[in-house]
Amino acid sequence: MAAGVAAWLPFARAAAIGWMPVANLPMPVAPTEKNKRQDELIILNVSGRRFETWRNTLDRFPDTLLGSSEKEFFYNEETKEYFFDRDPDVFRNVLNFYRTGKLHYPRYECISSYEEELAFFGIISEIIGDCCYEEFKDRKRENAERLMDDQEDNKDAKLPNMTFRETMWRAFENPHTSTMALVFYYVTGFFIAVSVITNVVETVPCGSSPNQKEVPCGVRYTVAFFCMDTACVMIFTVEYLMRLFAAPSRYRFMRSVMSIIDVVAILPYYIGLVMTDNEDVSGAFVTLRVFRVFRIFKFSRHSQGLRILGYTLKSCASELGFLLFSLTMAIIIFATVMFYAEKGSSSSKFTSIPASFWYTIVTMTTLGYGDMVPKTIAGKIFGSICSLSGVLVIALPVPVIVSNFSRIYHQNQRADKRRAQKKARLARIRISKEGSSNAFLHSKRNGLFNEALEFTSSTEEEQRLTKSTSLLESQHHHLLHCLEKTTVSNHEFVDEQYYQQSYLEAGLQNYPSRSPSLSSQDGVTGTCCTRRSKKHHTPLPNASGPAHMQPLTHAHTHQQGLQELSTIHIQPLTTSRSSLNMRVDEPASMNCQSSQITTAIISIPTPPVTTPEGDAHLPAGPIHQNVVKVSAL
Amino acid sequence: MGIQGMELFAIGVVIILFMAVLKQFGILEPMSSFEDNSDSDLELSTVRHQPEGLDQLQAQTKFTRKELQSLYRGFKNECPSGLVDEETFKTIYSQFFPQGDATTYAHFLFNAFDIDRNGSIRFEDFVIGLSVLLRGSVTEKLNWAFNLYDINKDGYITKEEMLAIMKSIYDMMGRYTYPCVRDEAPSEHVEKFFQKMDKNRDGVVTIEEFIETCQKDENIMNSMQLFENVI
Repeated sequence: MAAGVAAWLPFARAAAIGWMPVANLPMPVAPTEKNKRQDELIILNVSGRRFETWRNTLDRFPDTLLGSSEKEFFYNEETKEYFFDRDPDVFRNVLNFYRTGKLHYPRYECISSYEEELAFFGIISEIIGDCCYEEFKDRKRENAERLMDDQEDNKDAKLPNMTFRETMWRAFENPHTSTMALVFYYVTGFFIAVSVITNVVETVPCGSSPNQKEVPCGVRYTVAFFCMDTACVMIFTVEYLMRLFAAPSRYRFMRSVMSIIDVVAILPYYIGLVMTDNEDVSGAFVTLRVFRVFRIFKFSRHSQGLRILGYTLKSCASELGFLLFSLTMAIIIFATVMFYAEKGSSSSKFTSIPASFWYTIVTMTTLGYGDMVPKTIAGKIFGSICSLSGVLVIALPVPVIVSNFSRIYHQNQRADKRRAQKKARLARIRISKEGSSNAFLHSKRNGLFNEALEFTSSTEEEQRLTKSTSLLESQHHHLLHCLEKTTVSNHEFVDEQYYQQSYLEAGLQNYPSRSPSLSSQDGVTGTCCTRRSKKHHTPLPNASGPAHMQPLTHAHTHQQGLQELSTIHIQPLTTSRSSLNMRVDEPASMNCQSSQITTAIISIPTPPVTTPEGDAHLPAGPIHQNVVKVSAL
Repeated sequence: MGIQGMELFAIGVVIILFMAVLKQFGILEPMSSFEDNSDSDLELSTVRHQPEGLDQLQAQTKFTRKELQSLYRGFKNECPSGLVDEETFKTIYSQFFPQGDATTYAHFLFNAFDIDRNGSIRFEDFVIGLSVLLRGSVTEKLNWAFNLYDINKDGYITKEEMLAIMKSIYDMMGRYTYPCVRDEAPSEHVEKFFQKMDKNRDGVVTIEEFIETCQKDENIMNSMQLFENVI
């Protein structure tokens, strides 16, 4: 029942008294309202902006948040108002819905934020009034397309185990995936071009000996052209067969437009091979050769613009149909009129109405060949009206098609841009994720550090290192810590790269086993030596690596046998202050002896060294991957 | 002949096109301007009605000030112009009875509320009617009901009038009832009604007969009190 009509319910109930004298049976008891209160004003405080309305207004829609008792959760006792921490601008529309019964969608509002607000207040978006529904639906569709594009890009991720067939199909569909596919792509493109040019040049008259008349090149160099044709057709056949083999659903592939074009392109050749020089069928054979021109459509796999054009035409089918229909109507009308107008004049070319069709089409499209012209006055008048109306009839549906094409084209361009943006975004997301996990590991180390500090009372350090993490982070870390403790065999969170390496290498024996005690130094020996930093494959630790390695080398030359723990430096996200960088060195330079000393303790005597280094890292630090290891203590 | 016919036709077409162009330029406008002006005048003045003051309404009805305020808010929300015409009334009333056809009964109701028979219900009519229905005495309510049944307001309810009312009530039920409404049901109901109400068997029911019979019937008396607490 609509909202406003609910206001009339008391009236309808009162009017029911009209039935009473007529009724045969006694009436049922009326429901009583228990706490009948007078209508009161409710104050809704949405992020500071106060909206006031009657309680009855909100009660109109009892299945929404504001109309039900759900709003009591937001009641603020001190200020006697309902407080919502939401967008006040969108709330205006929500409240108007209660007042008028119609939900409007403002144009300037972002569609997803609007939908979120609607979902929060329990209003289904289908209620949007007719005035705004079109706009809403369009924007929603655009947004969905945008999201769909994003999801499609995920498919590019390489699946670990793909059969040969699947790899081949992927190579065909996305040539950028591998160099082999790219080569194949360009080769086929080249041969399509060659084939088309051959077909064209075949008909050009080549220079000939003076006694003969001009012959086309195809007749002159039959063998060469035949060889060229054969080569192209062989390539196309092989390509088609390979696509057929690789297709996930062969039946669907064979029905697709591109495959039909492929077949049509190569079939004439085979038919020509099969057929002999029979006189009757050679005429048909010549016709078949026309189909060779369809090879040019194979370019649509190579060109996105062509595909867009085809898609546009398909989506504008109704406009095109309308254009065709209106043109046909106009042609018939004007042809008839012209025929009867010119009937009287002698030597008139307008011999019949179908003959006048040609004149009408030529005139309406403003071509005006001039092979047929009206001679009578009436014919000239109607001819001019015909050409004027032709301009109109053709000009009307064309902008619709153009705008459709433009929309689809821009969408595609946006898709490409978004793909590029998405890569950057994913990289950022990955980095931030690592940052948080590294922050966790870092804080764990700090935790151990703190325990270690019990042995060495250096309270300054403790303060300096513990105050860096916020409450949220410390709680998060505590949570991860608990999870670690829960799992039976004491798994630990380690860096992703590290995990991949260790998984791949399979030669890794020791996981850093955590033990709170400061002893158990034996386990360390194995771990440090076998670690490999992914990035630093350089044999010498002091080699002139990338520039960001310089500070490391600088620290390394301290000759203190430090093992430095590295963290990923993401400037705004990480809170790790110290850059205890671990560089995993070759066993040759590894001071495994010194690995007996725990990391935490090592760093104690040298914080003045490491922290400035860390600060130097933080602003300049490029993102580089290092293995993060929590060495056993 | 054909040629001349076509030429004449062509000339005719040219003249028509010429006139179309002239009209575009406004030279031909004066001829058709008269009708346009009168049309636009009508559209400007939309009918609007403001009710009497709150005090007068309070005097005329038995509602409190707050109740009147609440009623007016609901009324004005639905009908911003201050008047309810019959179509709007029918639409609103029909929404309460989605299964049947409430338009006929709504028509009778409209006439019952529209005291001065001017084709639209003002807020005063609305509130006065409601006051009778909700706060009036039993006699007043019965009077109102009699007024509703008496379609031509001549003081007598005839069988035809009653039949029309009954049919409209049964129409509101719609088709999907259990048990199905038979076609003879309204007439039978009317017969029963007349048997009960028409004491002197003269084929019409007068107001006195009506009130007398209703006061004797306990069911009816109870049901009259049913909607006391609606507002």
